[in-house]
Amino acid sequence: MALIGQNIIPPDLVAKVTGRAKFAEDFRAEGMVFAKLLLSPMPHGRVRRVDARRALAMPGVLGILRADEVPRANAPGEQALTDEPKYVGEPILAVAAVDETTAADAIEAIEIDIEPLPFAVDPLDSLRAGGPDARLDGNTIRFGENGREVVSMKWPAEVFRAAEAEGRLPMGEPTDEWEMGDLDAAMGEADFVVEDTLIHQSLTHHPMEPRSSMAYWENGKCHLFGSTQSTGRAHGALAGQLDLDPENLVFVGQYCGGGFGSKITGSPVYLVTALLARKINRPVMLRINRYEENYIGRGRPGFQAWTRMGFRGDGKITGIDLYIVQDHGPYGRSGDYFTASLVTHLMYQPDAMRFRGITVYTNTPPRAAQRAPGGAQIVAMLEPLIDKAARELGLDRVEVRRMNLPGHDSTFGPARNRTTSTFAREALDIGAEKFDWEEKKALSGRRRGTKVTGVGVGVSPYVGGSSGFDGLLLLRPDGKLHIHQGIGNLGTHSFADTGRAAADVLGLDWEDCAVVWGDSAQHLPYSSVQAGSQTTHAHTRANHAAGLDMKRKLQEVAADTLGGAANTYTVAGGRISGSGGAMTFAQAARRAIAMGGEYSGEVLPDDINDVTRRSAEALAGNGLMGVARDNFSHEGQTWSWVIGFATVEVDTETGAVEILEYTGSADCGVVVHPRSLAAQIHGGAVQGFGQARSQKWVFDPTWGAPFAHRLYTARPPGILDVPSSMDWVAVGEPDPQTPVGAKGIGEPPVGAGSAAVTSAVADALGGRCLCRIPLTTDVVLAELEGRPPPHQLTEIHS
Amino acid sequence: MTEATVDRADATMESPRGGSSRRTFIKGVIAAGAAVPASGYMFRAGGASARATVRATMPRITTLTVNGTRRSTDVLPQETLAMTLRYKLGLTGTKLGCDRAECGACTVLIDGVNHYSCSVLTHTVRGREITTIEGLASADGTLHPVQQAVVEEGGFQCAFCAPGFIMSMVAMVNENPTPTREEAAEALSGNLCRCGDYDKILNSAMRAVDYARRMA
Repeated sequence: MALIGQNIIPPDLVAKVTGRAKFAEDFRAEGMVFAKLLLSPMPHGRVRRVDARRALAMPGVLGILRADEVPRANAPGEQALTDEPKYVGEPILAVAAVDETTAADAIEAIEIDIEPLPFAVDPLDSLRAGGPDARLDGNTIRFGENGREVVSMKWPAEVFRAAEAEGRLPMGEPTDEWEMGDLDAAMGEADFVVEDTLIHQSLTHHPMEPRSSMAYWENGKCHLFGSTQSTGRAHGALAGQLDLDPENLVFVGQYCGGGFGSKITGSPVYLVTALLARKINRPVMLRINRYEENYIGRGRPGFQAWTRMGFRGDGKITGIDLYIVQDHGPYGRSGDYFTASLVTHLMYQPDAMRFRGITVYTNTPPRAAQRAPGGAQIVAMLEPLIDKAARELGLDRVEVRRMNLPGHDSTFGPARNRTTSTFAREALDIGAEKFDWEEKKALSGRRRGTKVTGVGVGVSPYVGGSSGFDGLLLLRPDGKLHIHQGIGNLGTHSFADTGRAAADVLGLDWEDCAVVWGDSAQHLPYSSVQAGSQTTHAHTRANHAAGLDMKRKLQEVAADTLGGAANTYTVAGGRISGSGGAMTFAQAARRAIAMGGEYSGEVLPDDINDVTRRSAEALAGNGLMGVARDNFSHEGQTWSWVIGFATVEVDTETGAVEILEYTGSADCGVVVHPRSLAAQIHGGAVQGFGQARSQKWVFDPTWGAPFAHRLYTARPPGILDVPSSMDWVAVGEPDPQTPVGAKGIGEPPVGAGSAAVTSAVADALGGRCLCRIPLTTDVVLAELEGRPPPHQLTEIHS
Repeated sequence: MTEATVDRADATMESPRGGSSRRTFIKGVIAAGAAVPASGYMFRAGGASARATVRATMPRITTLTVNGTRRSTDVLPQETLAMTLRYKLGLTGTKLGCDRAECGACTVLIDGVNHYSCSVLTHTVRGREITTIEGLASADGTLHPVQQAVVEEGGFQCAFCAPGFIMSMVAMVNENPTPTREEAAEALSGNLCRCGDYDKILNSAMRAVDYARRMA
């Protein structure tokens, strides 16, 4: 029986439940000392003077690392330490001492003089004429003559005056725009038009494991223990940043206590640990606590947006006009706002659409991808507007969505991209059936005491897979298949589950397979980043390719040993059988070592990545090697879908929103691991609930100081904040553009959960979209009581 | 630090589980006579290298009963149980997710009751039975029924929260062997799972209840 599709206990689970699983902060080294960071107390400033003499003279203090000792980053990149901090909480320097308390005392003893610089926490403040720029080189990034360049953009006062007069988002010159079709004509055909200003907060990732790290140097080699979503790619990135040959960095990241996009290839702060360890020649542990994690742990960019959507009387969307101002944080380039435009076009398929957007640097913590970057925000913002139109036109809300969803042949975005497969309507239909939409929608508006029921549906697509990576397998002389995986282990189980694709080609039981992962010294192949839902797709393909390579070699080894033609041999159950007899996998592995050449990995394919080549060379001669690049065709973009359905109760006295029921329905191609898929659908939805209801950053506009810097001030959902049981279903139709048929599914569940709740709350309020996320009790209650909204129209950090 | 002040600090530990652990923690620090600024949550090594200008910050050899074994180690007055377990006794299964009683990743059992070890001062638990995640399985590797239930349900995703949740599940099963799913959620509500894997965690908890009942 094929392993793909089975519930299999992940190979790391016993270690996880017994406490033996080692996360970064669990490693120790002889003579290990501790480091602490000095964090910026102001949102933007220039360090004029640091006097560390008193700190360095303290007993037990071992050294200091300054910004000029870490790799320089080109604008708008981020350095591990900086003398021009651009947000409260940005690391300026680090001190090492024999213990953490002494290091903290030393930080307190440092005299530092920081010159305050102008700062902006609200993007719109920065866009006003004369408004502050978050960076010395500007407040946004756009395409210029030399590619992307940081520039300062200001909008004329008239833009703001007009917006205020009309009670909508100011919309000046954007940095990005595209238009498809004739928007005016499309809007002219509309029987109903919705127009709203929409706000979505920024929120931090808050993985349970803060980004602590430990490092030591031995014989010129750096040993670094950190938390990452993608072990192999983090190794490459960190080696590059440390200017080390890859073989001079041993990176261990076997377990990742949550990343959600915030630890894709490690974290800049790991460089501090490694460089401080080298400087003082001692093993260094840099523990990051929750307060620090809030600052350096990344966040999802917030949106200040405006839209106008036209609907025909039957629910067909004729046109969409969308403007997004993105709250960017001070560094890098987050494409959330642009991706949001593509997601919008894909899921609503309007006859015409215009997108305009600008991303604005702010002196708030750095942003990064957070599960479904751009997608999770926009679907939660727009889905209640579909409900509004459906209510106005007297249409069923699921019907309106079905009518507008794309099929396999649909295109999307200005480049008219195609998808590899789209079973969105199927997911909508089976989800509605599982949730019992027909029955449940009748509950809409039901009063129970002070509570009123709302029923919602949220559609959420996101990209679900890349291709072109390598698989690396070694059949050991004991007959055990070692599946080498460069991808990380962040709880999705894909580090193990994608290996099933190789085992299935070889007809092996899972008990005969061992997954090798999490340590760059273990000879890992070139892998995708474990982000953007790439992995399931990319590495079922890569392992399938390596499995086919191994299968061919097994047949040839058998034919060479037993006689006859290779293609007459069948491979199954740990044996190769054919006209000349049969041999076991163990025998074949020993024979391959004797035969050498490509069979034992002495000769390697030309098209594999150098990372894979180095690993394969190290493993050569130890068994029968299967190694191949994923060269399978991949035409079109791979997108997965989740449709979320929720029932909520809104308390009319407190404004509290309780989620009573949730069902998620997925199109993710072939289901690899049902129980793990359920965990992605439900867990992602829970993160979406937090996004829709409670989690946000709050900044004081006068001083740029953050108020929500721990878990309890921006609390993710607890076990009592979610339904005590949740439901799921999947279409299960294979994607035709990948041999195993599986697409990734990490991203879409978040937006589905968030949008199902924003839709359900709007439904409970009689179809009124509050157009502000999160739906905190003050927002909901003001609406229920007919009071003015507690936040200004475009306020994003209030 | 006198024995009398230690006794007073110990007495505050008698509060029912979940009750005023933060207040207990601060009282414990005050009782111990140590100043506790931000560094109260941190770990100071013993030995000559530590700053030893203030008597109250000097380590004391303390004997603890952890997972059925008596262990002696130097403990500072302001040292938390989580830090002692992780950095003195090598028991890194207990995780630090927030350092401040917000997430429950550091949950251990003290006399069978689940506590946030990040917010318990080590000197207040002398003479108590401390159980960590490492102490659940038998010496021969046989998993505790709660651990077994979690494995069979494929519980948890990243599992950084798992040791804390599992300790709370053990306390729950001991205290209320027949909880409903809703009661189980209530019993586990002091633990946070950022992957949002609550559905599977509750499946695991209910299976654990089933196993514990059959074994009883």
